[in-house]
Amino acid sequence: MSEKIIEFDSVTKSFGGKKVLDELSFSVSRGEIFVILGPSGTGKSVTLKHAIGLVEPDSGEVRRAPVRFDYLFQSGALLAWKNVWENVALPLEETMRLDEKEIEKRVSAALEAVGLSDAAEKYPAEISGGMQKRAGLARAIVREAEVVLYDEPTSGLDPVTAANIARLIRDLNRKRGVTSVVVTHDVVMASKIASRIMLVSGGKAVACLTPEEFMQSTEPEVRAFIEASRGENI
Amino acid sequence: MRFMPTFVSSVGFAGIVLARSLLYFPYVLLSSRARADLFRQLYATGIRTLPVVTIVSIFMGMILSLQVGLELARFNQEIYLGAAVMLTLLREMGAFCCGICLAACVGSAIAAELGTMKVNDEIDALKIMGIPPERFLAAPRILALVMMAPIVAFYCCIMGAIGGGIVGATQLNVDFQQFMSGALWMAEGKDLFVGIGKSSVFGLLIGVISVCEGLGTRLGAVGVGKSTQRAVIVSFLAILISGYIISRIFY
Repeated sequence: MSEKIIEFDSVTKSFGGKKVLDELSFSVSRGEIFVILGPSGTGKSVTLKHAIGLVEPDSGEVRRAPVRFDYLFQSGALLAWKNVWENVALPLEETMRLDEKEIEKRVSAALEAVGLSDAAEKYPAEISGGMQKRAGLARAIVREAEVVLYDEPTSGLDPVTAANIARLIRDLNRKRGVTSVVVTHDVVMASKIASRIMLVSGGKAVACLTPEEFMQSTEPEVRAFIEASRGENI
Repeated sequence: MRFMPTFVSSVGFAGIVLARSLLYFPYVLLSSRARADLFRQLYATGIRTLPVVTIVSIFMGMILSLQVGLELARFNQEIYLGAAVMLTLLREMGAFCCGICLAACVGSAIAAELGTMKVNDEIDALKIMGIPPERFLAAPRILALVMMAPIVAFYCCIMGAIGGGIVGATQLNVDFQQFMSGALWMAEGKDLFVGIGKSSVFGLLIGVISVCEGLGTRLGAVGVGKSTQRAVIVSFLAILISGYIISRIFY
């Protein structure tokens, strides 16, 4: 049985009296790409923040394996007074004892992977939201963490860039064995890259299936989500 | 008494931020990367506030000189004008003027900057990267305020004395040189050091309060505005209260 990297055990969380997570239980194994799908406001990002320890549950337990985690925020969360290169280099400079050459090599590789080599000298305010997100992604992968959590990595990106990002997540998993947890609305991307897909609704896990099972599921909420994503119910 | 739990938790949070920042002061001074950031903060705290500090302290000296001079003139004691103005500047008004300017110019900027970072998830991003916000953000800003406040306060005293001397010479028939001689005659080392020490305490308070307000920001752009406002108000109150306590201890 493969090692569990993240385990949610009946996790409940409320904000201002509104229950966002309701006894949510699931686990992510080493080497998986675990995709969390669901409508907006159903607690997907909150789940991810629990997974990395930014939010503590009201009840239940979140267990994490003692490995290095990294996280891609929806907005990219870049520091405004540093340029793209400095933002990506920041975790290496501040937390790892690496020489300048190694830092340069890793940052160049990360920027190339997200297609931002030409924007390295630009400041966050000078690039688009999509580019900020890609720079955030470069920063999330530059430390070569064993687990990367992605909060809507492709939202706001054009289809070509979104496909490149999806491919990058899959390549990191295949080549480096990076365990990934991806929060998204993008059913097509989820079906292409996921090991398992969990649909969250009302703070509960409605389904947790392989992509093939998910796309063929007869579960009403799963069907409604798939059909809506295809534009069938417009 | 509804505000008591909030007040207690705010003081507790400030204590934790202060303690953690103090622990990182040596790192900020010794690490070349952190030192570069410290210099940026020193520049923002000292050099960029100079125009405001200059205008405020000159006019404060002019007002002091005019009010005190008019009263002294009733008793034909204008020769003491320089001494009275300098004593007030060194003991209280230099540090006070510096504190108010730093709270308004620097404290508000710190709270707004950190508040914006908080609502944009940048603080959380730092934590995830394993970079403590107290080391990366709080310590350089607080240390810069503690280091620069005495210099700014001393500068306030000099500018205030010049402003006072100008009013004395142009409106109260007190020769500028006589004003300055009186000022230097009355000034004592204790007054200077208490004033300077007081301004350092003000710098520390402004730094901790502004950092805490910034890091405690919630609820988007509205929250950033509220944090900035609270940082300035609470800093003003802290300056007044601590200023009185320090004066009471030494005089």
